[in-house]
Amino acid sequence: MIAIVDYGMGNLRSVANAFEGLGANAVLTRDKDAIERADAIVLPGVGAFGKCIENLRKLDLFDLIKDLLNRDKLYLGICLGMQILFDSSEEAPGVAGMGFIGGRVPRFAGGVKIPHMGWNTVDIVKPHPIFEGVENGSYFYFVHSFYCEPEEDGVTATRTTYGTEFASSVQKGNVFACQFHPEKSQKIGLKLLSNFIRLSTRASDSKNAPTA
Amino acid sequence: MLTKRIIPCLDVMDGRVVKGINFVELRDAGDPVTNAKAYEEQMADELCFLDITASHEKRGTIIDVVERVAKEVFMPLTVGGGVKDIQDIRDILLAGADKVTINTAVVENPLFIKEASETFGSQCICIAIDAKRKGDTFEVYTYGGRRPTGIDAVQWAIQVEKLGAGEILLTSMDRDGTKVGFDIELTRTISEAVNIPVIASGGVGTLEHLYEGLVDAKADAVLAASIFHYREYTIMDAKKYLKDKGVNVRC
Repeated sequence: MIAIVDYGMGNLRSVANAFEGLGANAVLTRDKDAIERADAIVLPGVGAFGKCIENLRKLDLFDLIKDLLNRDKLYLGICLGMQILFDSSEEAPGVAGMGFIGGRVPRFAGGVKIPHMGWNTVDIVKPHPIFEGVENGSYFYFVHSFYCEPEEDGVTATRTTYGTEFASSVQKGNVFACQFHPEKSQKIGLKLLSNFIRLSTRASDSKNAPTA
Repeated sequence: MLTKRIIPCLDVMDGRVVKGINFVELRDAGDPVTNAKAYEEQMADELCFLDITASHEKRGTIIDVVERVAKEVFMPLTVGGGVKDIQDIRDILLAGADKVTINTAVVENPLFIKEASETFGSQCICIAIDAKRKGDTFEVYTYGGRRPTGIDAVQWAIQVEKLGAGEILLTSMDRDGTKVGFDIELTRTISEAVNIPVIASGGVGTLEHLYEGLVDAKADAVLAASIFHYREYTIMDAKKYLKDKGVNVRC
């Protein structure tokens, strides 16, 4: 089962629709047990960094998710679900993120319109099964004003240019997170999500496999 | 590089598309899901639904439309027409839309932009500006183009950005429905005055007009209804034309 974490931010319906349309066993939930038991968790999100962290704390999910990340739970973060993996964001000074990936989240600057809104290309710099069938340079849909700046080497999975070149997705262990919205990126986005579903099925199989 | 967006607009009344794609292959040209799917197939970059439902009792029908479309079409959806308060926005977004466009309600209460963007994020608050030439300036109109406000469109665009709007949908009332092309001066002036994306609307009759809107008028996206509706061109025709002329589009 895939748990789509319902923490009161927008865009949840669209993500749930996409997983449902792909035939995945996915549920929208804020139940701690369900999230902990799930084979994979998805953290979608549109909105503000500070509000997102505040909601996760209010629902007592912040520490749980942080713990699951460190226990290498299969995770898909979308947009804010990517940004909260970092230490902090310029959008909410003083609010601590999950700190799972070292780095910060600055605002776009210098001669570009904000938000970065629309379809942009994604260059794969670190091949991963989640990109199976996704060509290098594919277009995905973006809508954001802040971007992630990882300090750690080797976590950037794709790069995109908007005024500056930034990490449009990251991967560390079983954690994959993207700034773009696969649930809004037509066929190519659904391809990426179906790859994630496949990975979650594998996680489920290995969990349920009889031990010798 | 970020591509320029082509956004077809579907007029919806009482839950049915009344100005959509007039394809012979479509068994039912009024079904919103069928229309949306056809545009998705043509690689439209976003879809815009304009709710023109007149009767108050049937206002809720647009929610049902969004819910049904969002279950089957996986692309950005924008909904406008009659949005008046936070609850309207919440209902539309929860149904699966990504953005709402608002005109009259924010002209009457500009702080509504601030409240809406702080509640849902700037990225989903698109302010619709209907502008009409008045001498050397442009005046903002409300109530579907029926009421002049005395407000200068360029100043208003700057103000809506300050209040937290994430995007502007700019319609030239002088050009709307004329098919003689965008109002380049209006569009370029506003596009250069703000630092948020501007969608140009009103007047598209040819593919050349799309080029003018995106290049000469510096719009970030173009919205059109009738050239796609009456099947004069598909979205892909438009994109191929633009690409050949050096415009960065997704195709």
